[in-house]
Amino acid sequence: MRKWTRRAVIGAGSLLGGGLVLGVGGVVLAPNRLRIRPDDVTEGPHLTTWVRITPDNQVVAIVPHCEMGQGAIVGLAMMLAEELEADFESVRIEEAPAVDEFANGYILRGFAAEAGIGVPQWLTRAVDYATFKVAALGDMQLTGGSTSTRATGVYGMRVAGAAAREMLIGAAAARFGVPGTELSARGSRILHEPSGRTASYGELASEAARIRPPARPWLKPRSEFRLVGTSQPRPDLPGKVNGSAEYGIDVALPDMLVAAIAQAPVPGGTLDSVDASLAESMPGVRKVVALENAVAVVADGYWQATEALAALEPKFGDAGRGSVSSADILGEHAAALDRLGAAPGAPADALNVAAEYSVPYLAHASLEPMAATARVANGRCEVWAGTQDPLNARRVAAEAAGLEPDDVAMHNLHSGGSFGRRLPGGFDYVAQAVEIAKSLEPRPVKLIWSREQDMQHDYYRDVVLMRMQAALGADGRPVSWSSRFTGMPFMDTMAAEPFYPVGESDLQVAEPPVHLRTGSWRSVAWSQHVFFMESFIDELAHAAGVDPLAYRRRLLANEPRHLAVLERAAAMAGWGGALPPGRARGVAIAECFGSIIAEVAEISLSASGDIRVHSVDAAVDCGYTVNPNQARAQIEGGIVFGLSAALYQEITVRDGAVVQRSFPDYGMIRLATAPRIRVDFIDSDAELGGLGEPGVPPVAPAVANALFSLTGERLRTLPLRPAAAALSPA
Amino acid sequence: MRYHDPRPVERRSNAPGSPAIISLTLNGRPVELDVAPETPLLWVIREQAGLTGTKFGCGIGACGACTVHIDGTARRSCVVPLSAVAGRSVTTIEATASATMQSIRQAWLEHQVPQCGYCQSGMIMAVAALLESNPRPSDEQIDSAVTNLCRCGTYERIRRAVHSAAERLGVTNA
Repeated sequence: MRKWTRRAVIGAGSLLGGGLVLGVGGVVLAPNRLRIRPDDVTEGPHLTTWVRITPDNQVVAIVPHCEMGQGAIVGLAMMLAEELEADFESVRIEEAPAVDEFANGYILRGFAAEAGIGVPQWLTRAVDYATFKVAALGDMQLTGGSTSTRATGVYGMRVAGAAAREMLIGAAAARFGVPGTELSARGSRILHEPSGRTASYGELASEAARIRPPARPWLKPRSEFRLVGTSQPRPDLPGKVNGSAEYGIDVALPDMLVAAIAQAPVPGGTLDSVDASLAESMPGVRKVVALENAVAVVADGYWQATEALAALEPKFGDAGRGSVSSADILGEHAAALDRLGAAPGAPADALNVAAEYSVPYLAHASLEPMAATARVANGRCEVWAGTQDPLNARRVAAEAAGLEPDDVAMHNLHSGGSFGRRLPGGFDYVAQAVEIAKSLEPRPVKLIWSREQDMQHDYYRDVVLMRMQAALGADGRPVSWSSRFTGMPFMDTMAAEPFYPVGESDLQVAEPPVHLRTGSWRSVAWSQHVFFMESFIDELAHAAGVDPLAYRRRLLANEPRHLAVLERAAAMAGWGGALPPGRARGVAIAECFGSIIAEVAEISLSASGDIRVHSVDAAVDCGYTVNPNQARAQIEGGIVFGLSAALYQEITVRDGAVVQRSFPDYGMIRLATAPRIRVDFIDSDAELGGLGEPGVPPVAPAVANALFSLTGERLRTLPLRPAAAALSPA
Repeated sequence: MRYHDPRPVERRSNAPGSPAIISLTLNGRPVELDVAPETPLLWVIREQAGLTGTKFGCGIGACGACTVHIDGTARRSCVVPLSAVAGRSVTTIEATASATMQSIRQAWLEHQVPQCGYCQSGMIMAVAALLESNPRPSDEQIDSAVTNLCRCGTYERIRRAVHSAAERLGVTNA
């Protein structure tokens, strides 16, 4: 655990009025890492990244990540406090401001270096990868890819905490005139046991700041962790149970106006014409603003803006795509696969199994619709919004305002869910707010998308078509494997790569047709490929006449971590044990974002033939857990997220536009349909894995496999619609 | 599945300068509002009263993020026109006084229920109305009474927290 795996630069600085500030980057960062930017920080001139120790003995963890529900910031502060030996009760957590000094592009550089490619794979859907430059990554302050804990926590927070501890010990050694080896740190104090002398971190901080930061601070072995591994509550939750937490949509400023927007229904379409006269005569309406591909109404209040927007009759172009339907799109996917050519033939003596799978477009449908507030005045721009990358959003705002990023102040607020929607590439709502505010200068304008706009103008999880083929030898094991699928070359191929021993494997990817714009959706490529792979493995098990769990065990005999999660999940679910009549179980396993997870679903069919999921048991190996209760929450949430997609969700296209408009036609799990969920973690002591996304992928195949076990019906497309349900009245 | 259009069929004829003062009680305090009477209560609460704990999720009463109490009953404020609450009592998530709300908040923190938290105001208001009428609901009763959406998937914790809150209340009331 003490292995120093990356080069780092640690820098220290003094606080105005005394105290220590410390920054560290996972890889070499900007030389101005410690530059003081007095006007960027509301609490006055101070500071840099990661940790600040004030003279009154308060430790402040400064976290360069966004809070959108995942609660990772607590774990990050815990990792800092663990190494620092800080009294966690007195640790305060601050979200870093959106300024360059708090960029976390090191995450991406680290990942890019690991993968040996230019663009981190899990991000490729979120960016215009044709023009993407790695050089731009340093300006990111990104929360995504299940990376906060395993990257910032491991390479940033722990190291910063350990370095600060060594510097504080050095300061105490000088003050007491004793060797540092006689000193110990605990509870935000340094103790000299032989003499009984102690000093608080706050007392030592200014002196510590003058000590050169250690290049390689000593990191605790896991056996010495006291805080990491305990469940700590989230500091943001009290505000989330009394209505005081401020989300992007909640911003209120003096003289603020509110805008509603209607965007071109067909992607690529532009605003041809709009008659603003009627709308502008309606109560409270200030202005109708024509944008390139949208029209907005700005009014005193949202309802007035919405009413006036409904009175507009904008004419939008359709970019020549106004007749495209979902069937056309799937047909183009099939044609793209046809062009790849046939899969290699199977050996004559093998049992050949082949199947075609697909998944539809999916919307993120965060409960807070896209919203952003902007004020443009006197050559400056200020923006308030919830995003997954405030630095990148700031750049988008600057472009829209025609200003330099330094002239834009970005205030990142809580997000009412993100799930990939608020990643770089998806800041259309920020750009729109700025453009609208430009025409109302100097008044601030809050743009709120309606649910319908949010549903119909997402960056969707793409449609994917998959053709799989495997040949089984006499012992039932695969001797060859081929898959042909549409998707992005890097990431989808990574997700489609079997971790099972499958003999000769041949994976080929075809660029998908482009219609709706696409983006990262929680668990990214694994959301589809685990469904394909784990359904198909189940097909192979049945073809071989072996119990699906036993089949996986047999294939994964040399993969102890995979075996362990499989066996734990199976034991939790009572695999093989008796079930009430009409029920069945299914299993699936995934390896993604550095973690391994198995899930077992138990299902039945309702009287109307719909799938009812009674329970999901999940066993996870993410190395170890930092904050176990929040770790569990992420897996629970991932399972529900994946289940909504497995059972209900599908974005379809008709006449070039998205058909679905709101929650009634984009279904979600509710209390009445939410399964019992049990989550268990296996402590393998491996490198930390991510948790925000791995809960999602296995649930769809686990349910599909359970359905096959129950009825013999193999469903190869999502959402899962059993034949019985199709016959019953809706 | 049918889609319910959020837009009222009849357009309002709101001549500017024809104020309609509407009086109601908001979180125990009398308020007078000079707002078009068909304005959804949600936007009056958020924009006129400045209470942003009540959230906008869909505008058609489908998600429940905007749930408030009207005379003690849970209602989705995005589909209630202001005129419908004239003279009535409206309670939002910001109200702190009742033992029920206190118990629910404590249980929500004990179980660390919220993730993004955006749905939780409405969720808590729906649960508060349930517990006021049914102090010890079964799982089935919780499931059928609380139909709000949580995109983060906190349902399992919500169920457990409702039972915890009910237990706390039972002790408080005993």
